[in-house]
Amino acid sequence: MSDATKAVVTTTYRAALNMALREALQRDPRVFLMGEDVGRYGGTYAVSKGLLEEFGEERVRDTPLSESAFVGAGIGAALNGMLPIVEVMTCNFSLLALDQILNNAATLRHMSGGQFSIPLVIRMATGAGRQLAAQHSHSFEGWYAHIPGIRVVTPATLEDARGMLWTALMDPDPVIMFENALLYNLEGELAADAGAVDIDRAAVRRAGSDLTLVTYGGCLYKTLQAAERLAAQNISAEVIDLRTLRPLDMATVLVSLAKTHRMVIVDEGWKSGSLAAEIMARVMEQAFYELDAPIERVCSAEVPIPYARHLEQAAIPQVDTIFAAALRTVNQHV
Amino acid sequence: MTPDPELARKLLHGMVRIRRFEEKSAELYSAGKIRGFLHLYIGEEAVAAGVMQALRPEDAVFATYREHGHALARGLSAGAIMAEMYGKVEGCSRGRGGSMHLFDAAAKFYGGNAIVGGGLPLTVGYALAQKMQQRTGLAACFFGEGAVAEGEFHESMNLASLWNVPALFLCENNLYAMGTALERSEADTDLVEKAASYRVQGKSVDGMDVLAVLEAAQQAAQFVRDGNGPYFLEFRTYRFRAHSMFDPELYRSKEEVERWKQRCPIAGFSARAIREGWLTPEMIAAIEAEVAREIAQAVEFAEAGTWESVEMLTRDVYTARGQTE
Ligand SMILES: Cc1ncc(C[n+]2csc(CCOP(=O)(O)OP(=O)(O)O)c2C)c(N)n1
Repeated sequence: MSDATKAVVTTTYRAALNMALREALQRDPRVFLMGEDVGRYGGTYAVSKGLLEEFGEERVRDTPLSESAFVGAGIGAALNGMLPIVEVMTCNFSLLALDQILNNAATLRHMSGGQFSIPLVIRMATGAGRQLAAQHSHSFEGWYAHIPGIRVVTPATLEDARGMLWTALMDPDPVIMFENALLYNLEGELAADAGAVDIDRAAVRRAGSDLTLVTYGGCLYKTLQAAERLAAQNISAEVIDLRTLRPLDMATVLVSLAKTHRMVIVDEGWKSGSLAAEIMARVMEQAFYELDAPIERVCSAEVPIPYARHLEQAAIPQVDTIFAAALRTVNQHV
Repeated sequence: MTPDPELARKLLHGMVRIRRFEEKSAELYSAGKIRGFLHLYIGEEAVAAGVMQALRPEDAVFATYREHGHALARGLSAGAIMAEMYGKVEGCSRGRGGSMHLFDAAAKFYGGNAIVGGGLPLTVGYALAQKMQQRTGLAACFFGEGAVAEGEFHESMNLASLWNVPALFLCENNLYAMGTALERSEADTDLVEKAASYRVQGKSVDGMDVLAVLEAAQQAAQFVRDGNGPYFLEFRTYRFRAHSMFDPELYRSKEEVERWKQRCPIAGFSARAIREGWLTPEMIAAIEAEVAREIAQAVEFAEAGTWESVEMLTRDVYTARGQTE
């Protein structure tokens, strides 16, 4: 079948995740999903809707509000032959399970001298933009990416929402998947036969030659819009979607930088100690002489995300701020 | 319970092995051969020695940082444990864990967890997986009474009970969490009652009496094996030594420690075994000699071990692709 005639379906990010979950549950009896309200409620963000009816309550398992215990139970089950998918409602609540994630999931393999693998996937929603204020709006994927022993993936497209889960499940080590909550309603076309995708490589989402915009997750679309506006001013921006925050695919980033020599990093985490800071640092270490201008970062302001809409929007990366940073960068000459 | 001579020998051997191993460990710590934290189990041997006799190879064991006794009783070799504490690559965790993180996949010994309460959720999940895969074998978790104050204890009790999983909770109540006495940390010090509040059945046992421990553990394990869900055992015990090697023991009196030492599980059981005719003094002397040989060999093994090359520093952080299916 040629590309032109390849069958596509119109779907959403949420439905793509749902398809991925359904497929995983169908494909392997070791797979089960557990978390708060994944069953009867249908998932806080309706991602697991219909799965309880199809797979029963053994495999689509509602849990009490016990983040530490059910994430830890996922680790224990993964140690013992299962392939659990644990849903934590949002990353804000994952802090109650941080002990299990860091002290057990990330360490058991190393601490035991390589005797155990933990094929666990933890899914959680992340991100701001819905006026949910400071306890429901933070982005912790950069924090989690700090931890050796786990993988961090951030699907931003329908293909990745559909395809990352299976690959993550087949990975022998714990993988945390961050789903930006604003993406759940994202609509678009997806190949009818879409399936597993790699979780190792960053992707160039828009090719360009004047500067490199590096981003991931929910900020991808704002970054693409900024690139569009730059194009209207004859500035050609390349947009890289990191896809996986740990391990980072710096090779793709550096190939782009070698072409553009300018870079802006867009990251919804707080600026200090952010993933954006890590990428900057690596560019300094690995490609300092490629730079024709200082790298800029567009991150969240150093403030707990506020409730009022105008304040919330001012706190997080926006098309305007990305666009402005890009302009400053291309207009710098050293 | 009346043990036959073979069982009596096994139980005493198990306890003596732990005691002498740890005495040696303390000595080697002072000599600078072992570093880091070293938490001795001396005084509590009856619990590990008794419980392990009630467990089967298909059962899994989760323990704490005070786990030399559990690891030995579970069948890890004294040499592999000693080498681990030396930091040698021949150690049971390749020198990556040390005293607090002993592991052995073949023995289904899952550590070695130094976060108080951290092993409880793992145990629940492990047991859940046993149930989902219709496997026999339970998941046993040792923890101190200090863990009862952690949220993970309460979350795990509830989850284990709610899901009716084959988990055996083994609480070693040695009265102190570092320097904090139970009554200074719990509004209600009745631990069995706490388990019962999650509808987990339980029982309190004299942890200084290895036969009482064994009997209770057998009954509890049977309860779990029969599919009745989790069970909780509280062992009333006492650590004779400091919490770790850095503890001046300001929180308890010498008299209290002496009183408990009068109840030494090894001396008590030895005397009884002779009195009841289960063992002879010669048999006990033979156990001591056998253990002494084993420990001398363990030290030799650790001494002769090798330091892993620093080039290998970052191995085993991730599983090599293709290493598992
Ligand atoms: C979560 C956590 N908090 C604090 C500590 C420090 N700590 C190590 S052992 C210990 C006491 C635990 O007492 P208990 O559970 O009764 O076990 P025991 O040491 O008496 O065997 C404490 C507070 C820790 N390791 N983990």
